Amino acid sequence: MSIIIKTARTHNLEQGIKSSEITSESDYLNRREFIKQSGLLAGAAWAGGLSLPAMAGESEYGNDFEGLIKTPYGKGESLTSFKDATTYNNFYEFGTGKKDPAANAQQFVTDPWSITVEGEANKTGTFHLEDILKHAQMEERIYRFRCVEAWSMVVPWVGFSLAEMLKRFEPNSKAKYVEFETLYDPKQMPGQKRRVLDWPYRDGLRMDEAMNPLCFMAVGLYGHDMPNQNGAPIRLVVPWKYGFKNIKSIVKIKFTEHQPVCTWNTTAPKEYGFYSNVNPDVDHPRWSQATERKLGTNFWEPKTKTQMFNGYGEQVAHLYKGMDLTKYF
Amino acid sequence: MDAMIKRGWFMQIKEYLPGLCFFKPLVFMICLLPFASFVSGAINQQLGPNPVEAMIRGFGDWGIYFLLIGLSISPIRKIFNLNWLIQYRRMIGLFAFFYVCLHFTSYIWFEQFFDIEKIIKDIIKRPFITVGFISFLMLVPLALTSTNKMMRRLKKNWGRLHKLVYPVSILTLLHYFMMVKADYLVPGVLLVILSLLLAYRVVVNLKK
Repeated sequence: MSIIIKTARTHNLEQGIKSSEITSESDYLNRREFIKQSGLLAGAAWAGGLSLPAMAGESEYGNDFEGLIKTPYGKGESLTSFKDATTYNNFYEFGTGKKDPAANAQQFVTDPWSITVEGEANKTGTFHLEDILKHAQMEERIYRFRCVEAWSMVVPWVGFSLAEMLKRFEPNSKAKYVEFETLYDPKQMPGQKRRVLDWPYRDGLRMDEAMNPLCFMAVGLYGHDMPNQNGAPIRLVVPWKYGFKNIKSIVKIKFTEHQPVCTWNTTAPKEYGFYSNVNPDVDHPRWSQATERKLGTNFWEPKTKTQMFNGYGEQVAHLYKGMDLTKYF
Repeated sequence: MDAMIKRGWFMQIKEYLPGLCFFKPLVFMICLLPFASFVSGAINQQLGPNPVEAMIRGFGDWGIYFLLIGLSISPIRKIFNLNWLIQYRRMIGLFAFFYVCLHFTSYIWFEQFFDIEKIIKDIIKRPFITVGFISFLMLVPLALTSTNKMMRRLKKNWGRLHKLVYPVSILTLLHYFMMVKADYLVPGVLLVILSLLLAYRVVVNLKK
């Protein structure tokens, strides 16, 4: 465990230095203060107004977010190591190899950062990330993460409810879907220099999916700021869907009436559906989805059985009532 | 001495290096290095967070590399007039088979845990595995008939049989292309190399 903490600390230190070379240091510190303060405020609100649920065990990996609310999500799950979760990534903007993002994303500047909100909502415009985080109740949730490539991990994310954020933009009655977009900046994201995918990366959710309390906007993991290779500064986490739906480094949110374009869906519609719910009974055309390989398990260890909706059926199955999930995969 | 210098380093290497008694065992050991690195990686747990994937992919990569190295022996031999290279063709070919076997074995062992029913279903259901399996099956007779004895026994047919290496390498690369999600750079480069190697043979045949 000490190794993990050490890696995390070193990483944060590096990030700090590199960001401050470009942004003024006070700006950088401001963001972090915002995050911490909002965490504190939220912590007070939680302790004052709500009864405290059973908490996940005290973190062994440190915590940069003061007053961070620990939630009961993922209690009892054994975590993937920080090292595995931050060195084995699919983030094609930084290269298509699993190690590429950790190697190529270290110079990525994520501060200042702003998000443009467009489409069917009353409060549209471009918002500084700080202004969005100001309202956020920072909490930690441990979620299972299942990649469409049949590997999985368990990660303690730090962030806030997607629904709470979306509500503040006041989507109107025409908002049936919400679309997200990743930054397009080939100078910083070397993977975008080749047209491996139709950049910028886009993905979306049906509005009722997005408003489900499980949907999470993550700004950190293992108690630390989000490492660049994991989608800094802000990314989506939808734990009952395959990993690629969890769009990273978000710069745009658009409320739409029609089903949005999703990058993998347009790249290979027969392989990656719009919904892409974790489903052990619907195979990817090229491999089985019935089982998954947990990161960090050795090769003689058995694979894990994949659960319907990644084990979150109780919370989300109702969203797909009456739908043929072999057709709407 | 003067003559030797005038003939240049390339000629010297060309003539003297292969004559050294340790040269063939040295090449053999070098060909074993990828295998050794995977074994040591597995023992020391340095194959990353997903060691099964690293192993299956890694052995598959080396199978293709050795196939392409094997196919480049004849052209290089003729172009640079390095006749002794022919002595290494069998060894390289068998190493290709060795890494393909390891690729297949790690798939049935660590991916499927010897579940025969699942393996058969997988081979039938998934086209990229079907293609890979067919090219593996086609390699088997080539490995079995690689001995001097078989060469003598099969006479003219030996050469005909071993032309199978061309469809095998095409299918192997197809297998690679079919498993890629979006980034075709690496198989693309390999395809260019294979195309050049096959084109050389077509040209040579046309000249005859």
